[in-house]
Amino acid sequence: MPENAAAATPLVSFDGLVKRFAGVPAVDGVSLDIRKGEFFALLGPSGCGKTTLLRMLAGFEIPDEGRILLDGEDIVPVPPYRRPVNMMFQSYALFPHLSVAGNVAFGLKQENLPRAEIEARVAEIMALVRIEPFAGRKPHQLSGGQRQRVALARALVKRPKVFLLDEPLAALDKKLRAQTQFELKELQRRLGLTFIIVTHDQEEAMIMADRIGVMDHGRLAQVGTPADIYERPSSRWVAEFIGEVNMLDGVVSSAGAVDTAAGRLPVAATMAAPGARVSVAIRPEKIRLAREGEPQSGIGLPGQIASIAYRGDMSFYAVTLDSGVELKVAVPHVARGMTEAKAGSRVVACVANDACVVLTQ
Amino acid sequence: MSARITHRSGWARRLVVLAPYLWMAVFFAIPFLIVLRMSVSQNAIASPPYIPVFDPSAGFEGIKAFVGALSFGNFRNVFSDQIYIYAYLKSLEVALLSTTLLLLIGFPIAYGMARSPRALQPLLVMAVILPFWTAFLIRIYAWVNILQREGLLNDALLALKLINEPVAWLASDTAIYIGIVYSYLPFMVLPIYSALERLDESLLEAAADLGCPRWKAFWLVTLPLALPGVVAGALLCFIPVVGEFVIPDLLGGSATMMIGQALWVDFFSNLDWPAASALAIILLALLLVPIVLYQHMQARTLERGSRW
Repeated sequence: MPENAAAATPLVSFDGLVKRFAGVPAVDGVSLDIRKGEFFALLGPSGCGKTTLLRMLAGFEIPDEGRILLDGEDIVPVPPYRRPVNMMFQSYALFPHLSVAGNVAFGLKQENLPRAEIEARVAEIMALVRIEPFAGRKPHQLSGGQRQRVALARALVKRPKVFLLDEPLAALDKKLRAQTQFELKELQRRLGLTFIIVTHDQEEAMIMADRIGVMDHGRLAQVGTPADIYERPSSRWVAEFIGEVNMLDGVVSSAGAVDTAAGRLPVAATMAAPGARVSVAIRPEKIRLAREGEPQSGIGLPGQIASIAYRGDMSFYAVTLDSGVELKVAVPHVARGMTEAKAGSRVVACVANDACVVLTQ
Repeated sequence: MSARITHRSGWARRLVVLAPYLWMAVFFAIPFLIVLRMSVSQNAIASPPYIPVFDPSAGFEGIKAFVGALSFGNFRNVFSDQIYIYAYLKSLEVALLSTTLLLLIGFPIAYGMARSPRALQPLLVMAVILPFWTAFLIRIYAWVNILQREGLLNDALLALKLINEPVAWLASDTAIYIGIVYSYLPFMVLPIYSALERLDESLLEAAADLGCPRWKAFWLVTLPLALPGVVAGALLCFIPVVGEFVIPDLLGGSATMMIGQALWVDFFSNLDWPAASALAIILLALLLVPIVLYQHMQARTLERGSRW
């Protein structure tokens, strides 16, 4: 079946890529396969090399080492204007002297297509992203959201094999960003295109992407689905970069338990040998708070509420355990009026054994 | 609250708005009216050297006599005299050709400056402005020195065996063009540089990304975006070169006379102020088109520049 064939050979394949700027590596040995039709997010803090990786795929940077395969063919020697990939720039980089329609048609005119076909494809994509009403306007006469859609149309009209998005939503306000995340995802699904997005916003990456590559210091720290990365981080750094986490250092006492400053914690079976120094990561929402004397699940760690931050849908508790360890606990407000707990109240933090993730690096 | 602030500083605002108009009135409108009035007067051996002179003590009769004595005879003389017509044509020819030369030399310089490392650019701008630190007249005299028969240029060419005997550079159109290109180059380079310097590098990357090779992106992106600078530079050179006097007078030969020289001769040698004024008024009328064009371009760039 063709689907299997597509899954077997990746569309984009980075192979041992290294890029240095003035001797300092920005991308330091990245190997990564991206499948056809995938929505892939490169996520990381600024300066982690994610944009450089994207720019190498677009052809604006030449790697110092390694290969970039597109459909099995090395495209490193191919200049950017001959690569079947298109990019949406963070600044949008719309041509200020051309109208919206002129911007969208720019790429097709370079292909020397018949006039009628250019017009048809421009009209089609402008309808798709709903910018026909502004076709005659210049970029400076548009709002930020409209400009973003023009940039989107200008790249998509080329029907790229891979569509690259460099921080596409960074310039939008929060509400518009949430809406656009949804629209981008929908667009990608409808067109069946391969999207690679660069972002520093973990929430954005998790909402949109099928898979995420977390980058740190020019290397891929972890590649996986959003759930993989959130629930099963591969390292302390990834666990702390994605979302909130309680990180407790400890020593493996036996298979299934780790001794930490907060006490002996039950963990799912770990590969680490007894005596090994590890960290235990616990997400705040995986801890349940119970009053003293209430029935508990998992292991109960008694302590006292230090502070409560109310967030509407949930409250964030800082709990100081009797062992001295501080735990962050997120409690969803499932029912109204269950939050009579106050700072200073005695509580028991219940940690189930499937809540703990053992990290060895 | 903002209304109160506006109200309180109302008179100060009016003064600020008025200041440029006052400046224009004192240094442009009034001198222009004086020249205009002179251009419709007649030459006379008197002080001032023209008639009629308005006599306010004669009252209404005085005004009538004054207006009745005005005539367009000077303009008729200009248009019927071939020397003047040639001088105008020569001025336009020199201005057109030197503006073209300036563009051909200035654009690559500006482009090179804009593409240099950021840290180097203020230094390059400084280098372009540096000649202004020496007086204009002295720099032109220096060119007289360089271009004369026993001058630096001939010495150098002879030493390099590129020529066998000295060339008469001075007192030729070539010398005029050398002088003009040298003097006006900063006025061409700086506006083009400032347009190119503002050009966002990611626009060229976007062009490449959309399938446009580098040389084509220059035509489709760089040049259109630099156009306001090119037009500004061209007009900043063209307009003053038409009326140029010092350069053709010192470097040019007696065979060519530009309109600035004709004006000088009428004013100082012939002491015919009305004729010289008529020449000046016609010159202004000729330049009105490019000046208005320049103003229009400036306004458009300003309007767009704030939004980029």
